[in-house]
Amino acid sequence: MPKTLFDKIWDAHVVSEIEDGPSVLYIDKHLVHEVTSPQAFAGIEKRGVSVFRPQNTVATPDHNVPTIDQHLSIKDELSRFQVNTLTKNCEKHGVTLYGLNHPFQGIVHVIGPQLGLTQPGMTIVCGDSHTSTHGAFGAVAFGIGTSEVEMVLATQCVLQPKPKKMRINVNGQLKEGVTAKDVILYIISKVTASGGTGYFVEFAGDAIRSLSMEGRMTVCNMSIEMGARGGLIAPDETTFEYIKGREFAPKGEEFEQAVKKWKTYFTDEAAVFDKELNFEAADIEPMITYGTNPGMGAKIVANIPSLDEINDKEKLSFEKSMDYMGFSAGDALEGKPVDYVFVGSCTNGRIEDLREVAAFVKGRKKADNITAWIVPGSKQVEKQAHEEGIVTVLEEAGFKLRQPGCSACLAMNDDKIPKGKYAVSTSNRNFEGRQGPGARTLLASPLTAAAVAVTGKIVDPRKIL
Amino acid sequence: MAVEKFNTIISSAVPLPIENVDTDQIIPARFLKATTREGFGDNLFRDWRYQNNGEPNEDFVLNNPDYSGKILIAGKNFGSGSSREHAAWAIHDYGFKVVVSSFFADIFRNNALNNGVLPVVVSEDFLAKLFSAIEQDANAEFKVDLEAQRFEIVATGEQVSFDINPYKKQCLVNGYDDIDYLLSIKDDIERFEKERV
Ligand code: SF4
Repeated sequence: MPKTLFDKIWDAHVVSEIEDGPSVLYIDKHLVHEVTSPQAFAGIEKRGVSVFRPQNTVATPDHNVPTIDQHLSIKDELSRFQVNTLTKNCEKHGVTLYGLNHPFQGIVHVIGPQLGLTQPGMTIVCGDSHTSTHGAFGAVAFGIGTSEVEMVLATQCVLQPKPKKMRINVNGQLKEGVTAKDVILYIISKVTASGGTGYFVEFAGDAIRSLSMEGRMTVCNMSIEMGARGGLIAPDETTFEYIKGREFAPKGEEFEQAVKKWKTYFTDEAAVFDKELNFEAADIEPMITYGTNPGMGAKIVANIPSLDEINDKEKLSFEKSMDYMGFSAGDALEGKPVDYVFVGSCTNGRIEDLREVAAFVKGRKKADNITAWIVPGSKQVEKQAHEEGIVTVLEEAGFKLRQPGCSACLAMNDDKIPKGKYAVSTSNRNFEGRQGPGARTLLASPLTAAAVAVTGKIVDPRKIL
Repeated sequence: MAVEKFNTIISSAVPLPIENVDTDQIIPARFLKATTREGFGDNLFRDWRYQNNGEPNEDFVLNNPDYSGKILIAGKNFGSGSSREHAAWAIHDYGFKVVVSSFFADIFRNNALNNGVLPVVVSEDFLAKLFSAIEQDANAEFKVDLEAQRFEIVATGEQVSFDINPYKKQCLVNGYDDIDYLLSIKDDIERFEKERV
């Protein structure tokens, strides 16, 4: 029977199926971080069991770490305790930990691919919704709750109902100045923040194929923002090239064997999806969000929808959102002043993103009204940014690089956007208070963020390329 | 570990007619520093419930003494965003046993079920009816019968049925726990590991 890419991977990992219930799905790689794991470790201990397959488990602190003075003990007592709890749990259960100051530490979804831990055909879970990022390699990767983290720690399996399948094709070629972030913000603006619920989404089409691995990760990362369980892209030469030579990637003959296997991960011609959507790359332009969910996005050159474009049922939520953002229906987006620029997160905190920002700001200066935080996704990204001279370019333009972590993406640490201030952010969520109580987030690409940093207001980057 | 058993509930409800209530609203990230499951109810809907100075926000429904009960009725796409189970813990800890909406985000739904909180999906029309029933009478009672999979507006007797996965239903009704189940099939898991290489 013809199968989709998703089916091939999922079916190969089903240990058993409960009648009228979920599947018992075997997990190849379990990524763990400090915030969603302590209760799970406590849970298995209470049951008197140990981590079942510590060798398939990797941990790192990222959500709750400071981004300055990481060599010092963490000041915030609760954060310090949480990070130390992770260390203790990993020691006790023999789980590999890339702790603070370890050269491999970083945002869990940045380090997995970077270290070659993420490979095609795998099932990957983490107590974090953006686990979908790893789908860019042709893996079935999804976020789970802490009870499920406990399941995987205890048995390397998770009970999951099989999601429905959707394919989203982006056909044709992207226009100059249009990036992967614009592609996914565009898709979400069309599908809405809940349109993907219940589905696992395969992204396909020429425009997707033409993206780098970093770009593909950005797209899959945000598949959760349309409610999808996860996103994935069939692996190809771009994928194999990226994995080759990485720390934990198979080497030599083993790599060749692996590639042979990886090449079998694609959707068969005749396979059927529960839903299929088509978009034209030519319709996509640089995007920005104006509201309080990622589906509320528009072309930068467009206006916020007017009230009569919003259907009745959604009016209340829309008005609440406009009120929070300090915007009015029908406003033009371009030209609105901005206070903060945040470049970072598991969506756009990789080396390619920093390169893009550096290339844009080279020889320019940031606007006086802008506070810019550039936070590398991992220690390795930080190191590379130094080696490639990116840090120097950024510093000359008036930016400062902070140390790796989730930072202002969720503002668990001190990196909070003050109440009422506007932040153009390369992260993935513009929810109320996401970047700090009262913070107003506008999601955009690193290129747009760079252009905003230079001009001090919302601008289509193509106008100043 | 046994979870508490889910019995039939008759209760008034708290209305939250807002769409896309994400888990960052249910429990903001800065309250995720705890290493236990308890106490999150105090910060449920923190930034809507309290002003910056820590004073309760009178306009928010949880601060309105007219509304109370074990049922939360919310707008479409409840629980979107982050996978934080802390959202389900906060709802449970506050005292809600049931959340009703026309649509739930996937991860939140799993998390709720894993913590003895029943997500009940009803049609958008019926949801609107529930909101107006509460608008007319803040003490309006609702009956949630999990065994029969029925949700009822007590005053009018109007009922709808709701879906739940049969396995999950058994877990809730009997207080079973997924992890106990998985531990009980460890041999199968080990066999699977051996056979797949
Ligand atoms: S960077 Fe943001 S979205 Fe990504 S894992 Fe960290 S908090 Fe979550």
